[in-house]
Amino acid sequence: MSSRTASGAPLLDVRDLVVHHGQLRALSGISLAVYPGEVYALIGANGAGKSTLLRTIAGLHHPTSGSISYDGRDVTGLRPEKRATAGIVMVPEGRRLFPTLSLEENLKVGGSFARKGPWDIERVFELFPWMKERRGQKTAQMSGGEQQSVAIGRALVANPRVLLLDELSLGLAPVIVQRIYGMLPQILESGITVLLVEQDVSQALRVATHLQCLLEGHTTLEGTPADVTREQVEAAYFGAGSADAGEEYSQSPTAPHTPPHIDGSNPLWSGLTTSSRAC
Amino acid sequence: MTETAKTSIRSEEQFLKVTRSRRNVAWSGVGALVVIVVLFAFPYYVGPGTTGIMIQGLIVLTLASMWNLLAGYAGLVSVGQQAFFGIGAYFVLIPAIHGVTPWAGLFIATIGAAVVAVPLWWLVARLRLGYFAIATWVLASVVMLVFEQITSIGGGSGMALPGLTGYDPAVLTADTYWAALTVAVLAIGGVYLLLRSKVGLTLTAIRDDERAARSSGVRVGLARMGVFIAAAAGCGAAGGILAIEQLQVVPSTSGGVFSVQWTAEMAFAVIIGGLGTIEGPILGTIVYMVLQQTLQSYNAWYLIILGLVAIAIALFARRGLWGTLDERFNIRLFPVGYHLWSPGETRRRRRQAVEAASSLP
Amino acid sequence: MEWVNDIIQGLLTGGLYALFACGLSLMFGVMKVVNLAHGDLATVAGYIGVGIIAISHVPVLWSIPIVVVLMAVLGYILQRSLIEAAISRGELTTLIVTFGLSIIIENGLQQFFTANSRGLGVGDSFITSSFTIGSQITIAYFNLAIFVLAVVVLLGLQLFMTHTKYGRLIRAVADDREAAQLSGADYRHVFGIAAAIAFGTVAIAGICDGMITTLSPTIGTDTILLFAFASVVIGGLGSLWGTLLGGIVLGVAQAIGAQINPNWEPLAGYAVFLLVLVVRPQGLTSRGAQS
Repeated sequence: MSSRTASGAPLLDVRDLVVHHGQLRALSGISLAVYPGEVYALIGANGAGKSTLLRTIAGLHHPTSGSISYDGRDVTGLRPEKRATAGIVMVPEGRRLFPTLSLEENLKVGGSFARKGPWDIERVFELFPWMKERRGQKTAQMSGGEQQSVAIGRALVANPRVLLLDELSLGLAPVIVQRIYGMLPQILESGITVLLVEQDVSQALRVATHLQCLLEGHTTLEGTPADVTREQVEAAYFGAGSADAGEEYSQSPTAPHTPPHIDGSNPLWSGLTTSSRAC
Repeated sequence: MTETAKTSIRSEEQFLKVTRSRRNVAWSGVGALVVIVVLFAFPYYVGPGTTGIMIQGLIVLTLASMWNLLAGYAGLVSVGQQAFFGIGAYFVLIPAIHGVTPWAGLFIATIGAAVVAVPLWWLVARLRLGYFAIATWVLASVVMLVFEQITSIGGGSGMALPGLTGYDPAVLTADTYWAALTVAVLAIGGVYLLLRSKVGLTLTAIRDDERAARSSGVRVGLARMGVFIAAAAGCGAAGGILAIEQLQVVPSTSGGVFSVQWTAEMAFAVIIGGLGTIEGPILGTIVYMVLQQTLQSYNAWYLIILGLVAIAIALFARRGLWGTLDERFNIRLFPVGYHLWSPGETRRRRRQAVEAASSLP
Repeated sequence: MEWVNDIIQGLLTGGLYALFACGLSLMFGVMKVVNLAHGDLATVAGYIGVGIIAISHVPVLWSIPIVVVLMAVLGYILQRSLIEAAISRGELTTLIVTFGLSIIIENGLQQFFTANSRGLGVGDSFITSSFTIGSQITIAYFNLAIFVLAVVVLLGLQLFMTHTKYGRLIRAVADDREAAQLSGADYRHVFGIAAAIAFGTVAIAGICDGMITTLSPTIGTDTILLFAFASVVIGGLGSLWGTLLGGIVLGVAQAIGAQINPNWEPLAGYAVFLLVLVVRPQGLTSRGAQS
């Protein structure tokens, strides 16, 4: 923890955020701080508020109270497009590509108001070589994984400082998910900090440097993957009194601190990786 | 005296009562009757000039009520109601040419407009809001063009209305006034009854949440069609009155029966008065008449100002004059809503609860 | 055959209709706004043209760029103020506001210019001179010129949409407003540009129309709006070239109708419109069902 504060002020500083969806209170006083170079993961069950938090940070929701600071400035009232040009760029849940535009046009739109930086369309093509040949194709016909790559590319060409990733793994086969997350190191190398929301807890734990678990709009766990145990994560994920929730799991006795392996085939967790509507 | 409906829901040996939203329907009813009686007596103590103005007002009042029914309750923004208005006028003219007295022609106008509405509805029913609007405008143009082709009823330049010669002008004006008043009262009364009925409940459901209504089995399309036809009938009747009042039917030149000006007048009156309330069109018509008289009829200025006021109200006071009053003082002359009372709750207790809740920070 | 002549005439008129229609289609496609005042804007453009020529004695053709720029700026301003406010309050309010605008414009023009019609004189010889193909077909240079202008403008619009940053942005915002915001686009500004384009194109059409026929305050709705709408519906929403096709079909239908009976000219067009509405509501070029 001390290494965090030593590196100076957080790049993204969220304090006591309260967000409502109409009358429903989606977030109750959430705080988080993301420092440069981190991969900060938000985990939690469906409806916990993770995506709401990300969307509020991106500017698509107005918080009822609380503040969001970016690079020292208060951006709580800033319009979403201004945040994007300032360097907070989100890859939205469900990809949200522009269906009537081609792959390359999607990227070009992403770069319409880009900041100066290492990323451009050519570099995105280096990251995803398959795109070069299919740059003129409409994205509607592409596979889920390919669409997700385009969505990420569209965000990258804007040269963000903070990249927000909302539910990357949604609707994708595990192999594809792994491949996409495999790009993270190259993204981080270019100086981008990542804040992500992930349903798949094991995947999140694999890539995150820090994490926070949300349950019904409250923070139930905060820390690094190394610090937290499987039981802690389960308890945070489901709430108190669910200590025996993971009974059907067996954990290898030789790896006492291995993060819990969670996959969709286990009936207990099956509801987690297939979701239609996140928080 | 509360009017207790026959519905009561038993829940755990307690009763929930469902009542109409206004305590004193009886008083409103009496009030309405008084107003109607006073209005009926008008020709006896004002001159024909004023009566003539009142006729105009009653025509616009009828039209406004119909437009309000369409747009405020059924969600149908029609910019082509002048089609039915004109049809009504012509359906008084045509029988009159063949010897039917225009007073009887009014019935033909009303029913005829309703009949024509059926195929026209079929043409535009599937269109979404904005396209529906333009399509009704197109239909009105088509109807106008069709009527203009028929030379036997005056073609493009119109024709005088036969059958009313020999009337003393003052008597004619009075008779026209009473006919107009009858039409207006029937129109507003009809709207009121419609909204109190099952159809009204259907419409409110559609207005609040169309998809939810549809999935609950509500026959959205049917309800809308019913409203469209009813509104056509009302506009047709109003058109018939105009034909009698002007003693001629002219299709398209300024003030002609197929002019979009009529839609502008009815729409603006409703917006200014308050869309979606029965009282709104009444208030809006009064405002319209005041404006028109102050700026003199057929002068384009009153329409310009009317349009500006309507835009301003649509943007800044969406519920119109009546709606804003209603919000502030919670008055309803025409009760069409419901209250749900829990066991033991009285009007006083409810008011206290509301006050307590609204004073929370 | 007279028919061939009329069909060609209709074809050329169709170009003008398409020019009227593309702005309407654009505003609906991008902002979901049905601008009931659309036709009246063309009339306003025509009248402004008349005014400019009267004051400065500029040749008519010069008035086109001046008026277009004026109208485009007006479009941006109107969009960012009035129409944006209306959109945020719902479709009903937008319809009321644009309808109100239409009535205000028409009656305003009537007040200031009286109900008499005006024409933008281009010089009789230019209007009526024509050339002949073969022995039967006569084509007026002027009508041909307007058709060519219409096609050029549509082409330009197409190129703008596909090859420029803001053209892409307009398409992106039309696809998914929120996602465009996440890419840094202020959709209000993009809407403004779309409105400017709509106003500008309809202005060109209005001036051309003013040169062929005479202007009067009510043709904004009587003919222009309804013909533009008919062109869009016949051709299918969402395609510029579909709108051109729709305009041509409308023009040809009208020409054939006029051949049968001069009074039937507009009716014939509307008949085709109603036919398409009933039989194929998504239009001739569209693939999906109409919303």
